[in-house]
Amino acid sequence: MSAQPGGTGLPGAVWQRVRIGTGLLPIVAALVGIWLVLGAINPAFLAPENLVNLTLQSAPVGVIALGVVLVLLVGEIDLSVGSLSGLAAAVVAVGSVTLGWPVALAIGVALACGVVVGLGYGALSTRLGLPSFVFTLAGLLFLAGVQLRVLGPLGSINLPFESWFVRSVQQGFLPAGVAWALVVAVVVASAAGQLAARARRRRADLACASVPQVAVRTFVLAAVLSLVVAYLYLGSARGIGYSVVLFALLVVVTDVLLRRTRWGRSVRAVGGDRRAAMLAGVPVRRTVVLCFVACSTLAALGGVLAAGRLGAANQGTGGADTYLVAIAAAVIGGTSLFGGRGSAWSAVLGVLVIQSIANGLTLMNVDQAARYMVTGAVLLLAIVIDMLMRKRREA
Amino acid sequence: MSGPVLSLRGVSKRFGGVRALVDVDADVHEHEVLAVVGDNGAGKSTLAGVLAGAHRPDAGQVLLDGRPVLLDSPAVARSLGIAAVFQELALVDDLDVVENVFLGHETVRGPLLDEVAMEREAWRLLDQLAASVPEVREPVRTLSGGQRQVVAVARALLGSPRVVVLDEPTASLGVRQTAEVLNLIVRLRERGHAVVLVSHQAGDLQAVADRILVLRLGRVHDVFDGDASYEDLLAAMTGAVRPGAPHRRGQR
Repeated sequence: MSAQPGGTGLPGAVWQRVRIGTGLLPIVAALVGIWLVLGAINPAFLAPENLVNLTLQSAPVGVIALGVVLVLLVGEIDLSVGSLSGLAAAVVAVGSVTLGWPVALAIGVALACGVVVGLGYGALSTRLGLPSFVFTLAGLLFLAGVQLRVLGPLGSINLPFESWFVRSVQQGFLPAGVAWALVVAVVVASAAGQLAARARRRRADLACASVPQVAVRTFVLAAVLSLVVAYLYLGSARGIGYSVVLFALLVVVTDVLLRRTRWGRSVRAVGGDRRAAMLAGVPVRRTVVLCFVACSTLAALGGVLAAGRLGAANQGTGGADTYLVAIAAAVIGGTSLFGGRGSAWSAVLGVLVIQSIANGLTLMNVDQAARYMVTGAVLLLAIVIDMLMRKRREA
Repeated sequence: MSGPVLSLRGVSKRFGGVRALVDVDADVHEHEVLAVVGDNGAGKSTLAGVLAGAHRPDAGQVLLDGRPVLLDSPAVARSLGIAAVFQELALVDDLDVVENVFLGHETVRGPLLDEVAMEREAWRLLDQLAASVPEVREPVRTLSGGQRQVVAVARALLGSPRVVVLDEPTASLGVRQTAEVLNLIVRLRERGHAVVLVSHQAGDLQAVADRILVLRLGRVHDVFDGDASYEDLLAAMTGAVRPGAPHRRGQR
């Protein structure tokens, strides 16, 4: 039987899109369900002002979760992202306030801490072959200690409210006009990209999406983005914060890197089957090290954003449940704990699920205890689904 | 016939206390299938690993076109035109056929992957192997054993290597699929590749091999012509000597 390019049945590219789409669809449905339930119990949850708050609460931990997605994809884990984010926050505060550095320099140093820690983890993993669960657990404790030492005896340092950094994180919002212009630009770019890809595939005599399919996808994208922007700028709602814009931008860039570059392909291959990837000539060590570095740097950035949002850095920044929330978010969003499968968007969806539950329960005056229990139950559900899907695939 | 493409001279390899290969000489020519047979533990896979760059010999030399080369890794071997299909195939189950064929050697267009070029080339390679893979955008997990073998061979053929090393390509296959793979090997030879075929199924090899190298306990026990009888091969593999065997060249 000869293989015909673009044989009968649904064309390959379309299937691939469908597969990616269906991977995220259950979690999108779950998120909508959670919103409807929380909104039905307390309508204040769905108020535009509250949803703006929700996005602002989600951005710092979302950036951390995005990094966690990368290490999970490559089949590793990083438990120290919370401590590292706390350390980064402390470095920004101590650098800019106590030592009087320019804020930009302090942020740069904080991010550099992330890079150094990531390189260290990469070396421990690829050179010594240590399990990441263990050495990042050590890192969790060690970095928490460094954070306390950096903060010094005061334990808490306030950032000046008038600094550009705090102002833009706390009060910086995209003007509505700019937000709408961005929506138009994104939709046009997406449609143009899809049509160009379609034209190339047609010329190469490969299966390609039909024009109606492109139209439907473009329409759905335009509708979702318009709805989000229209809702977040409704009435007195402040709109889309700069930290949220940064988070979204990082997710889009990471998504493109993962799906459309050699590096991204290496990440999925190494996470899926490390030995096979090595035999196929994939630079396994480099891929793993880069994932650790990206994760640690994003964790540091998340800590910087958290400091800006709080206007301070203290001993609790990045402590308690930060790392658990970030890892849980990545897994709830559909990134497998077993490596190889996942998407940058799972950071967005997972964080929205967790923060929606936290935000909604807080509005209902439910205590921290119930919040933990509900989030734990959702995480368990997500892992069970991950496991079942893995079993079904291997059956 | 021109000189060998790839040669081993006095190659030894040990794993801890186990001597997997002892002072092995071998030559591989273009347009030729060299079969390597032996009982379990005879060193066949180690020999394939040395040729493919997965194992570094402790002693001896690997010669490419008569010049010594250092095969540090499968990637280095690959860049020198030696491609291998390992026993475990080294496919990533979650990746689709195109992604697996190009894994580690993706075509790019600017900073991004060129999926169109890769998909076309994947179809071309599969067509060339007359392969029955219905869809190249499905994860390889969904393919049958024979189809997976074809994908692994297609990956090996990427970039037209001069030497293709196949380690136990029929071990996990049924009768029909085995016949398909053997056809595939004949096609590789017709296209001018030098093929090294490692197997312990002596019967299969007689169909395609031009020369048969018999390993026993890490040593080259004998080299037969492709039409050696099954009994002679079996005797050489197991060490049950049959005096006066007709094709024996008495190498050692």
